[in-house]
This record gives sequence, C-alpha cells and structure tokens, in this order.
Amino acid sequence: MHPVLRTVLQRLGLGIITLFAVSIIIFSSLQMLPGGYAQNILGQGATPETVAAFNKELGLDRPSYVRYGEWISNAVRGDFGNSYSGTGGSLKRSVSEVIGPRLYNTFFLAAMAAVIAVPLALALGILAALYRNSLYDRIVNAVTLTTIATPEFFIAYLLVFFFALKLKWFPTLSTVSNSTGFFEHLHRAALPALTMTLVIIAHMMRMTRASIINLLASPYIEMAQLKGLSKGQVILKHALPNAWAPIATVIAFNLAYLVVGVVVVEVVFVYPGIGQMMVDSVSSRDMPVVQACALIFAATYITLNLLADIVAIITNPRLLHPK
Amino acid sequence: MTSTSAPLREVKARRTFTQNAWRTLKTAPLSAWFGIVVIILYALAAIFAPFIAPHGEAEVIGKAYMPSSEISLLGTDQIGRDIFSRLIYGARNTIGIALITTLFSFVIGGSLGVLAALKRGWLDQGVSRVVDAFLAIPVLIFALMLLAVVGKSVINLIVILALLDATRVFRLARAVALNSVVMDYVESARLRGEGTGWIVFREVVPNILPPLITEFGLRFCFVFLTIAALSFLGVGIQPPTADWGSMVAENKTLINFPAQYFPYIRTPFYPAGAIALLTVAVNFVVDWFLHKTSGLREG
Repeated sequence: MHPVLRTVLQRLGLGIITLFAVSIIIFSSLQMLPGGYAQNILGQGATPETVAAFNKELGLDRPSYVRYGEWISNAVRGDFGNSYSGTGGSLKRSVSEVIGPRLYNTFFLAAMAAVIAVPLALALGILAALYRNSLYDRIVNAVTLTTIATPEFFIAYLLVFFFALKLKWFPTLSTVSNSTGFFEHLHRAALPALTMTLVIIAHMMRMTRASIINLLASPYIEMAQLKGLSKGQVILKHALPNAWAPIATVIAFNLAYLVVGVVVVEVVFVYPGIGQMMVDSVSSRDMPVVQACALIFAATYITLNLLADIVAIITNPRLLHPK
Repeated sequence: MTSTSAPLREVKARRTFTQNAWRTLKTAPLSAWFGIVVIILYALAAIFAPFIAPHGEAEVIGKAYMPSSEISLLGTDQIGRDIFSRLIYGARNTIGIALITTLFSFVIGGSLGVLAALKRGWLDQGVSRVVDAFLAIPVLIFALMLLAVVGKSVINLIVILALLDATRVFRLARAVALNSVVMDYVESARLRGEGTGWIVFREVVPNILPPLITEFGLRFCFVFLTIAALSFLGVGIQPPTADWGSMVAENKTLINFPAQYFPYIRTPFYPAGAIALLTVAVNFVVDWFLHKTSGLREG
C-alpha cells in the first residue's frame, strides 16, 4: 500500500476512535452526579417515588449502556431524542427539529467569517514573515497580540458601537428567521461575522507568520538563495511546496477555533444559532439539547483537526515521493 | 611565586537578587514594562479592594443608571449600585477565582505530567490516552455541558475548569519533562536512592520551570477569559458577586440605546475593558519572558 494512503487511513481510524471516546465522555457526564440527575434536579426533599417516576419519564431507569447504544445509534442518524422542556405535556419537542434551522444559521455565520478571514490572514501573515522585524511586522505583532487577549464580547461591543450606533451601517441585533432572504441574512450577520473574523485573523496570522519564518530558515532555502535564484523563484519553487502543510494546519485549526467563538458571539448579537441554544439549555439544564449541541461542536472540532492532519500528510513531499 | 601574593584582581561582591532583577528589568521593552505596571495596579486593587472602593460590593446607593457624580465616579448600574466600587471588587473576585483555578490545574496537571514522564509504562499510557480524548473537546463547550449537569456555582466552576485545564497542562509538563528525565542528574539521583517525590520536585521541576512559568501566564489568561465568557453567558460567577463578565452581561441591553445616550452605553465597556487590559498586560509580559528564556540565556 502507498505510504500516504496507509498514514491517511491510520489517521482516519484514530479520528473515529477519538470521536467514539468523546461521545462516551459526553454521554456519561450525566452519570457523574452523586445521587443521580433526578435527585439533583428535584432537590433533597424528593421522595424515592418522585425520583423513580422522574427517572421513568425521562427513561433514566434503564442501564446506562443500553441508553448509550440507543443514543449514539439514533444520533448518527440525526435523531437526538426529545427535549426535556415540555416533557409529558402536549408540547413534546424533538431536539433535531429545534436544532435543524439553528445549525444552518451557525454554519452560515461560520462560513461567512471563514471566507473573509482565511485569505486576509494568510496574505497578511506571509507579508509579515517576508518583511519580518520591519515596522509593519512589529505593529502587526502588537495589534494581533492585543486582539487575541481581548474577550470576544469586548470586540463585539466595540464593533456595535462604531458600525451600528455611530455609522448605522448594520443592525445592533442579528435577528434572522426562516423568511429572511439570503442578502438580508448576510447584512444582519455582518457584525457577528466581523467579530469572529477579527478574533481568528489574529491567531491565523501569527501562526502563518511563525510557520513561514520557520520554513525560510531551513537550509535548502538558504541554498537556493546562495545559488542566486530570484526571491520569487525561491518562494514559488522551494518554499511553497513545503508550506502547504503548515498553512492547511493553520486554517483548519482556526476554523476549529471558530466553533468556540461562535457561542459567545451568538449570544452577544442574539443570533439564533446552536451556540445560543446551548447556553439557554445549560441554564434550564435541558440535557438532551446540551448533549446534542456538545456532540455537534466536538464532532466539528475533531473533523476539522482531522482534515488538517490529512492535508498535512498528503502534501508532505517526503511521504509523496518515498525513496 | 608565593601564596601570599596579592590577588590578581579584586573579587567583586555577588549581585543580590534585587540587583539582578533590576538589571533584567532595565533591559525589558516598553510593552513588558507597561504589562508589569498594569499587573501591579490590578493586584493592588484586588488586595486592597475594601479600602479603595468608596461603596460596598452590593450596596445600592441611589437610583438606577445615574450618570457620574461626586458620590459615584462612574455612575450606577441597573439596580443603583456604584459601578466603580463593583469594578474594584470585581478585580478581587474575577482575578482571585481565575488564579485559584490555574494554580489547581498546575498542581494536578503538572505533577501528573512529570510523574508520567518519569514512570512511563501503563501510568503514562493510561493518563495520556484519557487526556487525548479530553483535548478533542473545546474547553468552553465541555465546561458548559458539565455546568449543565452539576449546576452553576463558583466551586463547581473552579473544579470543572481546573480539571479541564489540567489536561492541557499535563501535555506540556509531560513533553518538557521527557527531555529532563533522561539527563544524568536524574539518573544519579536515582542511583543515590532518592524517592519519587525528591526526583520530581528537586530534580525535574526546577529544570523545566521556565516553560512552565510561561505556560502559567498563558493558561491564566485563558482561564480568566473562559471564566469571563462563562459569566457573560450567565452560567459562571453568579450575582450579586461583583464580577466583570457578569457585569458586562447585566448591562448589555444598554448597548442598544441610540448613540446620543453615550453616558449609558459606555457602562458595559468598563468591565469588558478591565478584562481586556489585564489579559493584554499578562500577554505582553509573557511574550517578553518567552523571548528571554528561549533566546540568549545569561546565567
């Protein structure tokens, strides 16, 4: 078997095992409470009968491995069970139904941020690496360090203040619904997307700069320069083929970072995505929704990191051309 | 040549610790100086909060949303508490909780990491595999989920974040300790018959301290921002405890006021700015320290 294919398959297998382990951790978190979830929700005064009835209603009376099997086999088919809110009444809500449209909104927002941030960050990062220790590089270094260290909501409020209140270009709240058209959606999601863009550009730029500088310091680049090749030739022919792997890693890593940033940003702008939904469900301790959101976030995160690894493997010249 | 001849040159007195520290500080760049000054100011505010703050932490001093005046430097919040006083008490609560959490995570993650590097074998394998699985879930997401399970309280928050963060510390501590445990001084300590505790804390830890200290600064910032984010989301530190994250959340509706009401709008900016300033300051210092310890090392 070709060594690249074998490494990729190994990495895929490892990713699936990780995903499996993570799903077990997420599922079993509910089991960790001393006295059980029911006792904790109902309080110390609850009689054994109420606890038993509560457990029966939520299906918590069956052994955990049976429930895990059921949960995970339904989850891979997109069914996350019913939300605890409205249990027993006529308002039984399926988690997937609630999550579906919000998932679209969240991916819309993340995609928008990524489309702006990725090209910009790569260009700025490569420039900073090529002209390192110049004034431009130093300014960029200080600015990105500041942006990284700033909480997302602070950046968000600054943007709201300038772009929504002073300039009135965008609305302060990003309320969208099913009837919102595509361009209207773009307009309303502009500020949250811009907030996330600023946050990840800083990370992505610093990482791009570091990996390119690292690359330019390698002996074969020095050799190419000593041979008298032009700067463009050195970069295009010698640096770039080896730069794809670190750049891909940087992109995927930062897209994974978007997954976390989206939670806070959605809450700031009251944007109806799954981040906001997860926070609401944490407050009401609606476990099926929380677990479903956590699984989606974790799966996205793992998949993106896996993707970064695989791109790094298949663009690695040493693996592509084995001796 | 007799042994009574005068020494070739005067032996200079050794520099004291403070002299050394001052010499190092004099070479620090402006950004690091800025960071150090800010951190000291924050520490003073946190330690002497009751003496600096003009009003109590949860004391209602007048009507809601008063503009700034003589009795209230920055005005009052949504139920009439003094924002300036709450900011100062917030320093104590927010920084204190983040510091305790980071310390716990370093004690747990650091000692486990060094131990795993030292013992290898099944302990290393077991802990490393569990940690790998935990590393695959973003901290904020995991913390949100665990808080939903155990309920929101400060103790739960500290325990959850310390444990999650310890997995990150473990990785670094193990990686740097691996380089140290193969050194001769560890071998000779083993041959001397020293116990595990001695080897971990007297041989390995002092030698891996610089990267660990840098990591401490970065982890502190990360924990601090995570706590601020969780409090902002309403599941972290709970009212009436003054805390910067929840102060932003409590006053966030003001941001939707038209721009001419600026005195009101700026309210959420104070706590958010306080968070940002501290993390930027710590990052500047860490950046300098990193540069210093990785680059030229003067004995």
